[in-house]
Amino acid sequence: MRQALGQAFQQVKPASTGKRRILARAAACGFTLAVAGAMPAIAQSKDGKLKVGFMLPYTGTFAALGNAIENGFRLHLNEQGGKLGGREVELVKVDDESDPAKATDNVNKLIKRDNVDVLIGTVHSGVAMAMAKVAKDSGTVLIVPNAGADAVTGPMCAPNIFRSSFSNWQPGYAMGEVMAKKGHKRVVTITWKYAAGDESVRGFKEAYEKGGGKVIKELSLPFPNVEFQALLTEIAATKPDAVYTFFAGGGAVKFVKDYAAAGLKKSIPLYGAGFLTDGTLEAQGADADGLFTTLHYADSLASARDNAFRLAYAKTFKLQPDVYAVQGYDAAQMLAAGLSAVKGDISKKAEFAAALKVAKIDSPRGTFTLGKNHNPVQDFYLRQVVGKENKVISVASKGLADPGRGCKM
Amino acid sequence: MDFSIFLIQCLNALQYGLLLFLVASGLTLIFGIMGVINLAHGSFYMIGAYMAFGLAPIVQSSFGGGFFATLLVGLFLAIVLGYFLEWAFYSYLYEREHLQQVLMTYGLILVFEELRSLIIGDDVHGVSAPDFLSGSIALGDTMTYPVYRLFMSALCISLAIGMYLVFTRTRLGMMIRAGSSNREMVQSLGVDIQFLYRVVFAAGVAIAAFAGMVAAPVSSVYPNMGSQVLIICFVVVVIGGIGSIRGALLAALLIGFVDTFGKVLLPQASGVLVYVLMALILLWKPQGLFKAG
Amino acid sequence: MLSKPSAALFFVLAFFATLAFYPLVGGKFGVDLVTKIMIYAIFALSLELLVGGTGLVCFGQAAFFGIGAYATVLLSPSNDAAGLALWVLAILAASIYAFIVGALSLRTSGVYFIMVTLAFAQMAYYVVHDTPLGGGTDGIYLYIKPVFGPFDLDQPITLYFVTLLSLIAVFVFLARLSGSRFGRALAGIRVNEQRMRAAGFSTYAYKLAAFTISGGLAGLAGFLFAVKDGFVNPEMLSWHLSGAVLIMIILGGIGHLRGALIGAFAFALLQELFKSEAIFGAFAKHWHLGLGLSIIASVALLPRGLVGVPAQLQARLWGRSSRRAQSLGGTDVSH
Repeated sequence: MRQALGQAFQQVKPASTGKRRILARAAACGFTLAVAGAMPAIAQSKDGKLKVGFMLPYTGTFAALGNAIENGFRLHLNEQGGKLGGREVELVKVDDESDPAKATDNVNKLIKRDNVDVLIGTVHSGVAMAMAKVAKDSGTVLIVPNAGADAVTGPMCAPNIFRSSFSNWQPGYAMGEVMAKKGHKRVVTITWKYAAGDESVRGFKEAYEKGGGKVIKELSLPFPNVEFQALLTEIAATKPDAVYTFFAGGGAVKFVKDYAAAGLKKSIPLYGAGFLTDGTLEAQGADADGLFTTLHYADSLASARDNAFRLAYAKTFKLQPDVYAVQGYDAAQMLAAGLSAVKGDISKKAEFAAALKVAKIDSPRGTFTLGKNHNPVQDFYLRQVVGKENKVISVASKGLADPGRGCKM
Repeated sequence: MDFSIFLIQCLNALQYGLLLFLVASGLTLIFGIMGVINLAHGSFYMIGAYMAFGLAPIVQSSFGGGFFATLLVGLFLAIVLGYFLEWAFYSYLYEREHLQQVLMTYGLILVFEELRSLIIGDDVHGVSAPDFLSGSIALGDTMTYPVYRLFMSALCISLAIGMYLVFTRTRLGMMIRAGSSNREMVQSLGVDIQFLYRVVFAAGVAIAAFAGMVAAPVSSVYPNMGSQVLIICFVVVVIGGIGSIRGALLAALLIGFVDTFGKVLLPQASGVLVYVLMALILLWKPQGLFKAG
Repeated sequence: MLSKPSAALFFVLAFFATLAFYPLVGGKFGVDLVTKIMIYAIFALSLELLVGGTGLVCFGQAAFFGIGAYATVLLSPSNDAAGLALWVLAILAASIYAFIVGALSLRTSGVYFIMVTLAFAQMAYYVVHDTPLGGGTDGIYLYIKPVFGPFDLDQPITLYFVTLLSLIAVFVFLARLSGSRFGRALAGIRVNEQRMRAAGFSTYAYKLAAFTISGGLAGLAGFLFAVKDGFVNPEMLSWHLSGAVLIMIILGGIGHLRGALIGAFAFALLQELFKSEAIFGAFAKHWHLGLGLSIIASVALLPRGLVGVPAQLQARLWGRSSRRAQSLGGTDVSH
């Protein structure tokens, strides 16, 4: 039976071998292209709902930060009954993996495939730059809930780009003022060699040298390298009065521990931008005790607004909130403020921007407004690590505004 | 820089180089003896580090063991894993071309990374060194050197000596060396080459995982730690000569020094220096510094 | 009866025709995605010339791709750029680096050649990653997209067709090359270099020429990529990308130019498939797992790549005829 069938096939085949093969391949090609073509059709916005796209790190070094930002946003959304500015909100997510190389692709997914109305993201400055560029070109409203790249509210600034967090320059500048006032004359800086690190040190240097100090050495290592040993030896060799640093996430944990292990903590005081000790205290343990940092938030602000926020966050997510959660929360507040002014019609970009320019955001960090370049004008606190908390010592810089250099708005 | 700082930087370089040697020795063994390019070798290092993190609480609660108990348990598990992987996957790669090996082991990297993500997650973790090793020794007036790093270097040196002894003084070592020069001859002499390969592979995996476990308190435990160490390991193996343990040691130390002093003296070029070194050595000695064995 | 080479030709024509008509059905995102895949196809074709055509396994192809892209961004003036000049400069920059790398690394062979090419790629990577030349880890931006005469590459559809035309041009160029004397010499070198040398060919010069051309073509792909995204960053030179493009041509099938095309599309679409939340839901964030398993499975089950699938199926279903198909020509360097 098999032989007969085989023979039958064999007789038919010779004439059509090539054709069948071509047809099969062409069909496979067509199929795959059809699938690719169908994919844009998979995501369409539902009627009436405002589509908000999160582009955050849900995996990798900054995953905890990405989740905190989204949690903060959702908290405010829930407090408003699922509506912002009177409109129901639909959330879409893309994981940016903190990878600038994939950033443009990921933003395009949200803007071109999912057709979001508003973009919220991200943590990594490099990724945020890609987002800002695409948002600037496409006109989609973008609210940055963390990435402090100065360029986002500098040369890349645009009427549709806003930030609810800070610019890298700000906490550095605030700390520069503090360290100059404390009387440290010679300082070494150390950070990762990327936009966030460079800009933080630059802000620090500006205020510190204006206050009479001198930065004698600027050390750096490639991101996200955490082999600090050689550079710690360098610091010991240079014998400065103090060290200013910028590290965040896993790198911050390791640096603080290595700094203490090298015996430097006792002899050369370590200062940093707040990210050194935000969200990292659990892992750093006793090695972080006593460290001074500057940030626009702290764990012990004890204002009514902050207490209410912290309570609600802890109840909903069973976690303590941090600065990232606050920034996500305020991004939602900013969106709500703008949407109320335009009665939910996100296409009224000019009115949206105008409303945010004069808005006073009632944030758990304190009230803040937006500067001309859409970056928060806010107080920066000097904090010290006591127990497992960043306690406020004083206000390092009141109403500090990022100069928005290069912004032509 | 003054002399004491120079000495400390030498210590740093030595420690980094020795750790690299440990990981790379497994790679050069597998490469040299079985002829398999294993891109997933960095993943074994990562698996070791994550085992140090994940097993510590389990070992602690089951029989009150501390760091060393975790190391032993982890080592045992790594040997089992290596044995299993060779049987299930790598033994099929021996006859294949290098390109196919590259591809399949690259796929394996992706699989390991995602399994890690599924089982443990993506957070960065710290691992504590045992208490009696957590102190620091004073070197000079401001600088102290962590005792644990000295311990690491000592451990790596002992392992290197151990490997040397096994290779040169034991029957197993002799069979391994013979198998790398002439597989068929060894087989026809009655040695079970399959079993030999399995042992070598398991050893390679175990050594890399052990290096990860030992390094965990110092390097912390994070995603992508495998990829970072992988490329440098390949450089070590290529500079040292494929299959040569002696070469791997020399190359690893060389790279340790170039990298450490490069970071301090020429920070902008530090990343490039290692590759410049490799290119120069290969152009001088296209087969690496030493022959296999 | 259609002979084998013509069948392949028909396939290629059908493939390009499908691409030409795709913008009619694909949305904004689809056009964007396929433009990207076509650029990767050009990139894969450049590597195919080396691996399948000459037998040189280069593990540093991403360096030429990235240099082409960075040259585009760094050399573009801040006003309306003449696109034609940029395109040539990008290819030139990549070719020059390829020439240097080739001149030095072709003195080694086998696994050492693979590693030396990797080393040179890593060098380029660290130069853009660490020095002020590149923008560091965050990359740099192309603020003005070049204008190619009447073609404004800022328009996605225009860019799509310019890319498609480039792809076709590269494909035809390489097809002609492989049929030429030069191409035959490369094939001879791939099969047995010593014999070629004995026959009087200076194989080093041929290999270097192939290496340089390959680098230039990768630079062309880099130029298009920089123009498309308006953004370049060091990861474009990373060994991950060098590995990915190697996977693309192995997946598609080495030794066939259309293998590079199929491989690029298959690889990119596989990625999109596994990343798709519509199919995998919350598990989509672990898409690397599916991709890794697919890669392993395809190498294990498809030793000749996707190009070899129809032949393999034939062999399975109609065992006897496969012998006839094989005897008709297992040509190595076909289209």
